[in-house]
Amino acid sequence: MSRYVSFRDFDWPLLGFVLLICAIGVTEIYSATLHTKFAGAHLKQVYWIIGGVIGMFLISLINYQAMLEQVHWMYIASVASLVSVLVFGQKYLGARRWIKMPGFHFQPSEWVKLILILAMARYFAEMRHKDLSWSDFIKAGMVVGIPMLMVLAQPDMGTALTYLPIAVMGLFLGGLRLKQALAVVMLAGMMLPIGLKVLKPYQKERLTSFMNPEADKQGSGYQVIQSQIAVGSGGIWGKGTAKGSQTHLAYLPVPQTDFIFAAFSEEHGFVGALAVLLLYFIVLMRLTQNAQTAPDRAGAFIVMGVVAVLSFHILVNIGMVVGFMPVTGIPLPLMSYGGSSVLFMFLALGIVMNIRMRRFVN
Amino acid sequence: MLERDDKVSPIRLTAVQYIIVGIFLVLTYGLWRLQVMNSDIYASLAEKNRVRNVPILAPRGKLLDREGRTIVDNYPSFSALLLRDQSRDLNADADLIARGLNLKADEVRERIKKFSWLPQYQPIFLKEDITPDELAFVEAHRNELPELDTIMSHRRLYPKSGFMAHLIGYVGEVTEDMLNQPQFEFYNPGDVVGISGIEKQYNQLLMGKNGSRRSVVTSRGKEVQRLDETPAVPGKQLKLTVDIDLQIAAEQAMEDKNGAIVAMDPHTGEILAMVSRPTYDPNDFAVRISRDEWNRLVTDPEHPLLNKAIQAQLAPGSTFKIIMATAGLQEGVAQDLRVNCPGGATFYGRYFKCWITSLHRVHGAVDITKGIYQSCDVFFYTLAERLGIGRIAQYATAFGLGQRTGIDLPQEVSGVMPSEQWKIKNFKQKWFAGETISVGIGQGAVAVTPIQLARAIGGIASGGVLRRPHVAFPSDVPANVMPVSNVPEEVRIPIDPKNWEIITDAMAQVTTAAGTAGSAHLEGIDFAGKTGSAQTISNTAKAKLAHGKEDYKDNAWFVGVVPRRNPEMVVAVLFEGGEHGQFAARLAAQVVRAYVEKRRRQPTKVAKRGGPTEVEMGGVWSLPVEESAGGQTVHAGHFFVDLSTHRLSLATVAPGVE
Repeated sequence: MSRYVSFRDFDWPLLGFVLLICAIGVTEIYSATLHTKFAGAHLKQVYWIIGGVIGMFLISLINYQAMLEQVHWMYIASVASLVSVLVFGQKYLGARRWIKMPGFHFQPSEWVKLILILAMARYFAEMRHKDLSWSDFIKAGMVVGIPMLMVLAQPDMGTALTYLPIAVMGLFLGGLRLKQALAVVMLAGMMLPIGLKVLKPYQKERLTSFMNPEADKQGSGYQVIQSQIAVGSGGIWGKGTAKGSQTHLAYLPVPQTDFIFAAFSEEHGFVGALAVLLLYFIVLMRLTQNAQTAPDRAGAFIVMGVVAVLSFHILVNIGMVVGFMPVTGIPLPLMSYGGSSVLFMFLALGIVMNIRMRRFVN
Repeated sequence: MLERDDKVSPIRLTAVQYIIVGIFLVLTYGLWRLQVMNSDIYASLAEKNRVRNVPILAPRGKLLDREGRTIVDNYPSFSALLLRDQSRDLNADADLIARGLNLKADEVRERIKKFSWLPQYQPIFLKEDITPDELAFVEAHRNELPELDTIMSHRRLYPKSGFMAHLIGYVGEVTEDMLNQPQFEFYNPGDVVGISGIEKQYNQLLMGKNGSRRSVVTSRGKEVQRLDETPAVPGKQLKLTVDIDLQIAAEQAMEDKNGAIVAMDPHTGEILAMVSRPTYDPNDFAVRISRDEWNRLVTDPEHPLLNKAIQAQLAPGSTFKIIMATAGLQEGVAQDLRVNCPGGATFYGRYFKCWITSLHRVHGAVDITKGIYQSCDVFFYTLAERLGIGRIAQYATAFGLGQRTGIDLPQEVSGVMPSEQWKIKNFKQKWFAGETISVGIGQGAVAVTPIQLARAIGGIASGGVLRRPHVAFPSDVPANVMPVSNVPEEVRIPIDPKNWEIITDAMAQVTTAAGTAGSAHLEGIDFAGKTGSAQTISNTAKAKLAHGKEDYKDNAWFVGVVPRRNPEMVVAVLFEGGEHGQFAARLAAQVVRAYVEKRRRQPTKVAKRGGPTEVEMGGVWSLPVEESAGGQTVHAGHFFVDLSTHRLSLATVAPGVE
């Protein structure tokens, strides 16, 4: 079997587009952190990307089917790591999200995402009937729901929300029926008032400032307004690299992480922003194509899990930047500065590559 | 049943692709909406963010005395403030900050909490007008406490111990009420404006115009680039008619007594000195007065904020007899009037005492001259009876009593000159003939201000030429700032030279052994005047209420001129609770002595405007007068003038600076 596996079948165009997005991200990080205390962050980002690419090649060598065999252990380990964060985690800005390791801070909620994609893939690949039963529905829901609740408890609503599309995508491709979909929507509708009650005050503030940013211009509405000013003032052609006044005079909050797309749009305008959107679109379409050519159901589910997470991140992050979504603190994958996010994306791509390399197997 | 290798539903995969297309279309619309449809709006918003108008504060004009010596100056003052967008735990730093700024840590925390609702970019003011030590602390802790910063502004530096406080007035932040008034149309919140005294009257002149600078600023308000600049127009300095040397003499004469002194040049109306007591320190207002201190000043029964020279309305007592004498002589009634004073007389069925009975003596035969220098009440009772209230009121009103003098200071009061019409209008009662008798000696309903008396008696001594008093030289004041007054600049009530001589000669005898103010005699100086002592309540009430209690002691008055005819200076003294006019006369004599001594040293007349040296605008305080040479200049923030030749030192140390 292994003789069919070759890097010749590696999806080089996909990697090319991904690295192009990364390069644009690094340039924008450089521009946005110029003359700030974060100056030099773009170099760190480059190191993370190199590390990510190496990780991608390494993980693409491991047979994903073998990985799926062991996924229940990984799932248990990931739940255990989430428990340990809750117990031993470093408290920072009111939330326990990190475990301090020698040399760096480790945020387990990111790699849990990867395990969940694999776990969902395995669950639905082993399902032997065409339509989703209620018990499948509930079991699959619990597989994602348990770690989600634990991340919510950290509290980190943004990351917890990113688990949701994995479940939704799995259920949808697994044969979700209209009745079940309606039932979920109705249940969610009923839960909403309860959900609003348990929201932290800062989360409520973010929601209200999203609904009505003018209400508190200098408080929580500030980020929403400043982001839109940055994007809008970019116009069609943008202000030029390192010339965005919103970005460089610090009106735009965290322009190298969550609001990197706003910084980019300010400096490169509608044309630049559209080009980046196009790149993301190509990547997503290429991934979906890989799902169609996957050698088995499990492979297709894994690839589509990655598609789900990636599109959700893009929707929520860029949606936030243009004022369509509330502020949630979800980064833009491949562009935003941050090691965990970069590593996750490249490891996920590695598994996708592995599936692609085995498309002609058997 | 499905097999492991069966494919995922291709329809559903295609559906996912369409959903992704949908998401991207929505996002593209979002970008289109902001960057193409509304980019103009957002571009201008970004510009508004980026470019800020930073005001350049215009320094307020200095106040100088008539010889160009600085009375009020500015000094640079620093305030400590807390920037809050530094992502630092302010509460943790509060202890260190409090120690450095000599505040209480709890106070600092309370302030942080109190202003936590303010937008992040707005700093919290921790302490205004910090000392050099505290400033050094902030500078030394730039790295440890990046959130701590300072801002510089100019503050008013007033003479210390309330020297000239009432005349100068003080400044404060413009209030919302004021901003609603039309004359403050062009003022902005936060502007510092004059609240009282000269600071208020000539605010428009002194204030200058703030400039502004368009700068590129970061979200923290840090200036990174300057675009263009409209320079500030500094306020104009204003030279006052006051002579510091005479002011010092008057201040020293009053010391901690209650009352007021006004010295004026009757030829021109120039105020040479103006003192009111008790006083207050306007430097307390220059920073920010504490509520307690303000309440103390406002509720003080002695009214320290009141400028008694223009705001005290009191019975003039016997000083009124000069107006009576003028009326009587001009009307031809007093020349030949001879009265026997047995210590009192009966008019309209009531017995009126003469003050001489308190010495267990009588005046005997009295004519107009003796009536003035001995201040015989019986003589003036009789004169009042002969003249009648109509003619008395006519003369008193012509000489400006019971009306504002039109001095260029805010909140001057008018006082009262009673008449038959006045009584009907205000009390709907007929005038009682007996009241005329009381008015004849300046009692009853008559109420005047010291400035009115100075103008009236100074005018009479000048042969009937009354000038409107002023503290700024009219030639220095542009027409649009010139205060409007319905009092003409000059009023002429020609007095027959014979009558003029009788009155002024009698006034000259007042300060002789034969007069009522013999103890105020100045050898070799032609010092004339008229004493007065006015009851604050009626004799019967006094006897009933408070036995010898200080509150009900008579007010002592004196209005003096030097020389007796065509005087160069008139001095009105109100000494509240002074009991007898001679005690007020002694205070006036101190001012007159200072005037004459200074005049004798100088070849030219002191009252001529324009001194020997002009002082340039700048941070240096200097006194160009010979006798105080040495030790008069110090650096900004540490003003000190060594006026050891006078007991009272003028300058103050900047508030908060030891």
